[in-house]
Amino acid sequence: MLEFAQQIVNGLSLGAIYALIALGYTMVYGIIKLINFAHGDIMMVGALVGYFSLTLLGTNIFVAMLAAMIACAVFGVLIEKIAYRPLRNSTRIAALITAIGVSLFLEYFTIFLFGPAQKVFPETAFPIKAYAVGGLSILNKDVFVFVSAVVLMLILQYIIKWTKTGKAMRAVSLDREAAVLMGISVDKTISITFAICSALAAAAGVMLGVYYNTVNPLMGIIPGLKAFVAAVLGGIGIIPGAMVGGFVMGLLETMVSGYGNSLYRDAVAFGVLIFILLIKPSGIFGEDTGEKV
Amino acid sequence: MQKVNNKWIKLGVEVLILAALFTLVQYLITAGLLKQYYQISLASMCINVILAVSLSLINGFTGQLSLGHAGFMAVGAYIAAIMTNMLDLPFITGIVAACLGAGLAGFIIGVPTLRLKGDYLAIATLAFGEIIRVTLQNIDYVNGPAGIMGISKLSTWSWLFGGAIITIVVIVNLVNSSYGRAIISIREDEIASELMGINTTKYKVLAFVVGAGFAGLAGALYAHYFYIIKPETFNFLKSFDILVMVVLGGLGSTTGAIIAALFITALTAALQSFPAIRMVLYALILIIVMIYRPQGLMGNKELSMKIFGRIWGGRN
Repeated sequence: MLEFAQQIVNGLSLGAIYALIALGYTMVYGIIKLINFAHGDIMMVGALVGYFSLTLLGTNIFVAMLAAMIACAVFGVLIEKIAYRPLRNSTRIAALITAIGVSLFLEYFTIFLFGPAQKVFPETAFPIKAYAVGGLSILNKDVFVFVSAVVLMLILQYIIKWTKTGKAMRAVSLDREAAVLMGISVDKTISITFAICSALAAAAGVMLGVYYNTVNPLMGIIPGLKAFVAAVLGGIGIIPGAMVGGFVMGLLETMVSGYGNSLYRDAVAFGVLIFILLIKPSGIFGEDTGEKV
Repeated sequence: MQKVNNKWIKLGVEVLILAALFTLVQYLITAGLLKQYYQISLASMCINVILAVSLSLINGFTGQLSLGHAGFMAVGAYIAAIMTNMLDLPFITGIVAACLGAGLAGFIIGVPTLRLKGDYLAIATLAFGEIIRVTLQNIDYVNGPAGIMGISKLSTWSWLFGGAIITIVVIVNLVNSSYGRAIISIREDEIASELMGINTTKYKVLAFVVGAGFAGLAGALYAHYFYIIKPETFNFLKSFDILVMVVLGGLGSTTGAIIAALFITALTAALQSFPAIRMVLYALILIIVMIYRPQGLMGNKELSMKIFGRIWGGRN
């Protein structure tokens, strides 16, 4: 029982990271119906910005995270403006291919600039301590990741539910044409969505750096795919779904590596995806919409 | 009568051109005039043409977005390698078994997933492709992540060229048959074609199985040309590569898929000399082509003798 609780503790912080990335997938999909394959790589850029902020500027972890978020917000808006906006009215598959192109570009341009090697996250930035709570050992990095992720999700929830921008985002994702008629600037709203999503991804990237202690140019691929599975699991386009999906994926992954064969860790993630797609393609929180002619 | 004659003349010209191309390359290889580098490029071109044309049947003509094509290629590659390398069977048995095995995998995956539409189908096929890869990584019989090494080099130029031609002939004829019209009607409007009495599930699965089978052929040829196969080779990036060829060529254009497959392979080979910047340039070209020509190089049109005729004889 104690071991089980320990696995849950370990899974929660990983799940929080997945949830943050999954939010980005789900919000972008909700607003422009594009599976943004470059999202995991934006997270990687965030992790790198955090790394350089820690090592070159010697800032503390919170400043590093903030710097990564701001840098990636700008970056995300630029990517949308340059690569996705010209394709907004062409076929979905063309946009999908462009997203793949952007993803490859980010990965290999970073390799070109900084080399493919792993970079070790400086330990001085975040000295690891373990607390014993009722027989469980809780690492301070897990607490840090979990608490900051939850805080970010609360801020996001506030923006979406209570601000005018959030209202505009919901309106555009519901019906873009109607939103235009109501005087909402669609371009601006989509830009803001990309800024928010990329900032969340950047925060997740820095957290992943703290969690695994390393960053590298290809680190975005696998967590990106898993977060994407999480978004589908919760129902793509649905914000609370992405959060729940992220935690489910994180917990599942630690359970599989804890009790089973860690080689099957990635297969399980995709197995879950297939299962959910066959049982209820619209996800846990999704509503089944009939087909319209 | 005139029309029938023209058709036979056209076919004759096409066969002659292909035979000349085949003999030329065959001569260059046997005479040792073609450098290893170009030989590898030509082999990759044939394999990529098979992959692109077979995926274009699924994505371009049936309109079902599949992101797991590399998975079927992996099935074919492994089956063929086991047949020839471990069981000492002739190459042709390996190739047939690879096609059938990959087709069967396509059937098993296609029946449940083809109920899904659009992005969901894309995600499901992506997941299945990855599951095939991870499963291969965990089977000790095929050496897990290390893969099978020392496969005998049985894919000669005749096999590669013949494989590509057979794939093109079969798929072009399928698309131009009554089956093909049913398949295209699904792409145009699934509900309408169902109302016209077309068993959409049957035709979708058919296209999927045929496409997967030819991906298996490509896998078998790949395994017996490059000596070594690893599960990692067939990850989702490989599927993306094939998809890029299909979309770049134009969805619903076989000639487009062929041209794009040749172009991308040549581009990859040409960029080989700039290893540091190769993938960056590849990604940039991809983005730029998509922004300025989102319908692909050929749109849904076919390149045919007619266009050449028009260029030659002016506008008539």
